[in-house]
Amino acid sequence: MDSGGERLTASEIHTELASLQTAKAAIDERISTLESLLKNITTEDESETASSTPAAAETPLTGQLTADMIYRYSRHLLLPSFGVEAQSNLLNSSVLVIGAGGLGSPALLYLAACGFGRVGIVDHDVVELNNLHRQIIHTEAYIGRSKVESAAATCRAINSTVRIVEHKEAFRTSNALDIMKKYDIVVDATDNAPSRYMISDCCVVLGKPLISGAALGLEGQLTVYNYNGGPCYRCLFPTPPPTTACQRCADSGVLGVVPGIIGCLQALEAIKVAGAVGEPLSGRMLLLDALSARIRIVKIRGRSLQCEACGENAPMTEEQFRNFDYEKFTQSPLSTSPLKLDLLPEDARITSKEYYEKNIKGEAHVLIDVRPAHHYKIISLPNSLNIPLSSLEQRLSEISEALGRKEESASLYVVCRRGNDSQRAVQYLRGAGFNLAKDIIGGLESWAHDVDPKFPTY
Amino acid sequence: MDSEKEERISIKIKVLFFARARDLTGMTDMSLEVSPGTTALGCLDKVITKFPGLEEIRNCMVLALNEEYTPESTVVKDRDELALIPPISGG
Repeated sequence: MDSGGERLTASEIHTELASLQTAKAAIDERISTLESLLKNITTEDESETASSTPAAAETPLTGQLTADMIYRYSRHLLLPSFGVEAQSNLLNSSVLVIGAGGLGSPALLYLAACGFGRVGIVDHDVVELNNLHRQIIHTEAYIGRSKVESAAATCRAINSTVRIVEHKEAFRTSNALDIMKKYDIVVDATDNAPSRYMISDCCVVLGKPLISGAALGLEGQLTVYNYNGGPCYRCLFPTPPPTTACQRCADSGVLGVVPGIIGCLQALEAIKVAGAVGEPLSGRMLLLDALSARIRIVKIRGRSLQCEACGENAPMTEEQFRNFDYEKFTQSPLSTSPLKLDLLPEDARITSKEYYEKNIKGEAHVLIDVRPAHHYKIISLPNSLNIPLSSLEQRLSEISEALGRKEESASLYVVCRRGNDSQRAVQYLRGAGFNLAKDIIGGLESWAHDVDPKFPTY
Repeated sequence: MDSEKEERISIKIKVLFFARARDLTGMTDMSLEVSPGTTALGCLDKVITKFPGLEEIRNCMVLALNEEYTPESTVVKDRDELALIPPISGG
């Protein structure tokens, strides 16, 4: 449109942008619906005409490859150790990627690009701004929208000949078997312990190879499980780690490229398994140490005869799998929603709004921020004193001194990021003689939510 | 004299820490002196005595000796590398 003569005000531009974006979202939605309808029709057609000749345009020239396929995958075909055979194997294979996050993003990009016949994506989450530094399949335009839709759109844009199947749901024991049955290979790109056990068990029950990757901080791990008589996840880790040892990227942080590397390696292993080339990383575990630029490959144990999932005596059945409580087993939730503790009586807590009002009124108080120092550096409330929870015990005197500088009746408040550590701190402080200590419910997140929407969250 | 004798009868291994074990010890590796005949389990016990925090993950990690899975009963040799590998679940 020629806008040469147009004089639009900022608010008019905003209005028009908003309306265009709404229209675009509606169109995208419709495209996605039509695509999935078409996909179903294609599936039906295929099942009806499975044995009949494919359409003329699709007529294979060499073995199973059409002219377009030969051109698109030519660099694979030129590899003597890969060639037509492995490429045909890929085209006839299907892979399920569980999780469209830091690991799933690069894995999906390559799996779609390289020519798997069918790629399934499972996730129930939506794209958030703080995902984009590592979840490179998503773009800003998809913030607030389904990760599966976003990932599927990118995959289709890269390779429209691959059938992309969207599973916009959480992977649970109730739907796991039905979803996984339709695929040959499974990629675990999830971010929590219960999902890892559940996916491994499901692979054992259904006899599917599992490409398992994990990344946190500056480290990554990769193994192929349940492949050719090799061990499963439970053979290696029969006992789940305690909740305290299960760290999440949302708490501990992760350097974006680290899951990127592991996700690429997952795609590589999936290609090797599906293409039937090379030696998949079974019975071995790759450990990536990004900071020291070291990759170690450790030989791990073989299958355990005593394994509760794949052991000789009691291989897990579909029914046992459906009834297994993975959240109870690992003592941690399947969803990645953060833990919400409730350790304190009501009179030992105040809301962020109440704290705000007391502060405005000039109530004498000391505010202790018990987050780790590197969190405190990101953002903090004015006049707060940073004493990380881990050093609280040794630094009680600083609290006494700070209180000593105030009026006699000064209050003592404790804040953290989400309101869990602050409760632990108050519990400890009350036991140590600070009987009036109170925590700010919901931490700085509630401050940003209820008091100051401009306060940065992370 | 005593310490010389001690040196002769003790062996030195390198312990490598990964993931959570790295957080709990604050280091990526350490050198550990043990007496000959000590098993991987014995070494692990000694490391945990030094870093009691590791107790929380002692039952949920892979032990590897010289980059190979090892049963806890394996006897370590001088200059062996014992790796403590807890699972990562993030992604």
